[in-house]
Amino acid sequence: MPSWPVLISQAFNGLALGTLLALVSSGLTIILGTLGVLNFAHGALFAVGAYAAFVLLQYTSSFVLAIVVGCGFMLALGFLLERIIIRYFYDRPHEDQILVTYGVGIVLVECVRAAFGGNAQRVPVPSWGQGATQMGFLIYPTYRLQLIAIIAGLLLSLYLVLYRTSMGLVVRAGIENPGMVGILGINVRRAFLLVFAIGVVAVGLAGMLYAPVVAVTPDMGANFMAQSFVVIVLGGLGSFPGAVIGGLIAGEIISLTSAFNSSYSEVMLYALMAVLLIMRPQGLFGSEGRA
Amino acid sequence: MMRPRSGGLRGWLPELAVLCTLIVAPIVFPHLGFSTDLLTRVLNWGLIGLGFDILFGLTGLLSFGQAAFFGVGGFVSAYLLVSHTIDSVWLALTIGTVAAGLFGLLVGWFAVRRVGIYFTMITLAFGQMAYFIENSPLSDYTGGENGIPGVPVPVLGFGAHAIRISAGMPMYVLFALIFFLGYVLARRIVGSPVGAILLAIKENTGRVAMLGHNVPAYKLTAFVIAALYAGLAGGLLGSFQSYMPPDAFSLETSGQLVVQTIVGGAGTLIGPLVGAAVWLWLRDNLQLIPGFAILWKLVLGIAFIILVIGLRRGICGEIAHWWNERRNLAAAKAAEAKTEAIEAHNIDPITKPVALPREVRLTIAEPTTGDSDIALEAKSLARHYGGLKAVDGVSFKVRRGSIHAVIGPNGAGKSTLFKMLLDEVSPSSGEVLLFGEKITGVGVSRAAQLGIAKSNQLNQLFPNLSVRKNLRIAALARRRGPMRFDLLRGAGSIPDVEEQIVSILGLLNLVERADTPAHILAYGEKRRLEIGMALATSPNVLLLDEPLAGMSPAERIATCAFIRDIGRSRTVVIVEHDLDAIFELAERITVLYEGRLLADGTADEIRRNPAVQDAYLGGLHAHEPA
Repeated sequence: MPSWPVLISQAFNGLALGTLLALVSSGLTIILGTLGVLNFAHGALFAVGAYAAFVLLQYTSSFVLAIVVGCGFMLALGFLLERIIIRYFYDRPHEDQILVTYGVGIVLVECVRAAFGGNAQRVPVPSWGQGATQMGFLIYPTYRLQLIAIIAGLLLSLYLVLYRTSMGLVVRAGIENPGMVGILGINVRRAFLLVFAIGVVAVGLAGMLYAPVVAVTPDMGANFMAQSFVVIVLGGLGSFPGAVIGGLIAGEIISLTSAFNSSYSEVMLYALMAVLLIMRPQGLFGSEGRA
Repeated sequence: MMRPRSGGLRGWLPELAVLCTLIVAPIVFPHLGFSTDLLTRVLNWGLIGLGFDILFGLTGLLSFGQAAFFGVGGFVSAYLLVSHTIDSVWLALTIGTVAAGLFGLLVGWFAVRRVGIYFTMITLAFGQMAYFIENSPLSDYTGGENGIPGVPVPVLGFGAHAIRISAGMPMYVLFALIFFLGYVLARRIVGSPVGAILLAIKENTGRVAMLGHNVPAYKLTAFVIAALYAGLAGGLLGSFQSYMPPDAFSLETSGQLVVQTIVGGAGTLIGPLVGAAVWLWLRDNLQLIPGFAILWKLVLGIAFIILVIGLRRGICGEIAHWWNERRNLAAAKAAEAKTEAIEAHNIDPITKPVALPREVRLTIAEPTTGDSDIALEAKSLARHYGGLKAVDGVSFKVRRGSIHAVIGPNGAGKSTLFKMLLDEVSPSSGEVLLFGEKITGVGVSRAAQLGIAKSNQLNQLFPNLSVRKNLRIAALARRRGPMRFDLLRGAGSIPDVEEQIVSILGLLNLVERADTPAHILAYGEKRRLEIGMALATSPNVLLLDEPLAGMSPAERIATCAFIRDIGRSRTVVIVEHDLDAIFELAERITVLYEGRLLADGTADEIRRNPAVQDAYLGGLHAHEPA
C-alpha cells in the first residue's frame, strides 16, 4: 500500500492527465456525435498542435500569444480539412471515414516529421508557470496545477458554447437527428464545418498546452488517440459530459494504478473498458443509437 | 469480386496464378528492387492479410487491432523456443498460432457485440492493451522494449539429416509454401457456406439475422480466423529475423496492415500481399533517393487518401473488377435492358394470368411443431414508446394453415405488432406463442429457426449478390441451423439447398434472373424476391408485411395468386392496405385501430362491422366535437 502523500500526488497527476484527456476526447466526441465521423487524424492533430506551440514560441515571446495564434492556425487547418476532404465523406460508410481520416493522420504526421525531423523537441514552460507550488505537505509543479485550471476553464467555455448558444443548440440537435435539423431550414453543412473546426481546435489546444510537459515528437498523439477512444467508449458515444467524466476517470485510473504498480497503469484502463462493455455497453452517458 | 469456384481447372485459376507468381518471383523481382529478404517480408504481411481480408474484405469488419494477434503468436512462439520449453520450431509455431486464436476469441467476444465505429475503436483499444501488457507486466517473459533475440530457425528432419531452413532462399521457399497453403485454405473458406454468409453479413447484417443465422457467432468465426492467420505470421516473423520485436504489437503495425489492404484491394485475398509489396518497395527504394529518405511515408499517405477517395477497390480490386466487367459485360447489359423493359412497359412475365394453382413444395422441411391447431398466438401484446402506446394489449390467434390478415388505418400499430410477432422488436408486455412455444425474448434469429419468417415492407435484400445467392443465404439457414463450421465445403454443394433454390426460382418466376445481381432487378421482381427469401427458409408461419405495396394492378393479381398458393401449404399472416385483396385472400381478419384491437373475425363479419367502417371512413366518434 503506497503512502498517502504518494496517493494524493498521483491523484493530482490523474487530474492533470484526466482534464487533458477530457479536452482531447471532447474534440473527438463532438465531431463523432454531430458528423458521425470517427476522426482517426485526432492523434496527429494533437501532435500538430504541440509543434505549432513549439514553432510559435520561437517567434513570439508570449506563451499566451503563441496559444492564440496557434488556435487560429488549428481553426484554419480544421476548415481546410473539412472543405477539401471530410465533407465528401459524410454520406459514405463509417469504414471509409475511418480510413480517410487515418490517411490524413499519416500525412500530417509525416509532414511534421519532414519539417522538424523525428527527434524530440522541447517546449519551455511559460515564465508564469515556472517552479513548484507548496500545498501543505505536497510540492507540485506549478504549470501542471495551472494546466488543470486552464483546461477546466476551456471545458467550461466549450460547455457554454454547446449548451447556451444557438449554434450549440443546432449542434446538439444535429447529434440527435441531422436530417431533421436540415428539414427545419438550418444550414447543417455550415454547422458541420464549424463543429469539425472546433473539434480540431480543442485537440490542438490540448497539444499546445501539454507541449511543455512532455517530449514533443511526431508520433506523440497515437497513444492519446487510443486513450481518447477508450474515454468515449466509457463516456458514451457523442456525449460531451461523457467525454469529460470519462476523461477524468481514465486519468485517475492510469495515475492511481501506477501508484501501486506502474506496469499495470495502462492495462487497467483497457480492462475497465472491457468490464464496462459487458455491464453497460452504451457507456456511462450514452444511449443506444448512432453506433 | 470474390467468385465462387466454378469447378474444373477454371475454378483453380487464381491458385495457379498465385503459385506461378510465387515460383517466378525470386527470379524476376530482384531486378525490380526486391531482395529475397524483402519478398519474404512481403509474404509475411500477405499471410496476416489473408486472415484480415476475410474479416474486413469479406465480412466488412474493420479491425485496427490485428497487431495484438500478430504479437501474441510471435511472442508465444519465440518465448517457448528461446526458453527451451519446446525445441521444435514447428510445434512452437502451432502453439503460438493457437494462442493467438484464443486471444482472438476473447477480444472478438467483446468486439462483435458492437458494430461500425464501436467495433473499430474496441479492436484498437484491445490492440493497445496487448501492447502494454507485453511491454510492462509480462516484460520478464517478453523482454519488454527489447523483444526476444535469438529465435531459432525451423529444422526439417531429425538428427544428422536435419536441414536448417536458413535465411535467404530456403526461408523464402518456406514462407511461399505456407502462404500458398494459407491462400488455398482462405479461398476454400470464402467459397464455403460460412464465406457466403459472411459476405451476406457485410451486405445486410439485419437480414442475415432475420433469416435465422447466428450473426455474432459468424462474426466471431471470422475474427478468430483472422487472429489465427496473424498469429502464424507473427511466429514466422521471429524465426525469419531470429528476433521478435516488440513493435509487432504496435498500433503502427495494425495501421500498416489496413493501409496495405486498401492499397492492394480489400476482398481479393491477394490484395494485402500486393499492398505490402508496394509499401515495402517504396520504403526500401525511396530511402535510397537523396532527400526522399523521410518522405516515403508521406508519399504513401497521400496515395492512400487518393485511393480511399477515388479508387476504393485498390489495385487488385480494380483489376478483378475490370476483368469481371469484360467477361460479364454482355450479361450485365442484357439484365439491365430487361429491367428497363419491365419497368417501361410493365411486361413482367408473371403478369400473364396464372391459369392453375401451383403447389408450393419445398425440399427442405419446415421445423416440426406440436399438433396444436393454433399456429401463432399473441397474448395481450403491448409496445410503448415513452408515452406513445403503439400497440396496447392486442390478443389474437392464427389458425394453422390459414391466411390471416391484420388491417388498420395508418398508425394503427400493424408494423410494430408484426415486428413483435417474430421478436424483431421486444414487447413492453405480453408474449407470442408459436405452436404453443413462447418465442418472445428468444431473438429474431432463434424465432426464424423455430419456423417463423417475414418479408419486409421495405426490401431487405443483399443488393450485390445474385438472386440465386440471395435465396441460398435464406435456404442455408434452415438446412444448417443457426451456426455450423463447414469451412471447407462449397457453398453450392448442398443438394437440397440447391433444389430448394430451383423450386423457389420457379415459383417466383425468376429463373432467367437467377444470376442477376439483386440491385439490377425491376421493382416488382425485387418484391417477389423479398417474399421468396422468407419462403426459402421453409417457415411454418410466413409473415408478409405489405407484399403488394407499390405493385401495378397486374402484378397485384399475380402476387395474390402466389400468396394463395403459399397459403395452401402453410400459415400466412399478412398486413396490407389493399382491402380488396385482403377480403379476397384472408379467411380471418384482425383489425387494429390506434394500437388496440378493434375487431377480429371472418372477412364477412369484418366487412359488416360498423366500428371498422367508422375507423376506415373517418367517421367521427360521438364524443368528438365536429
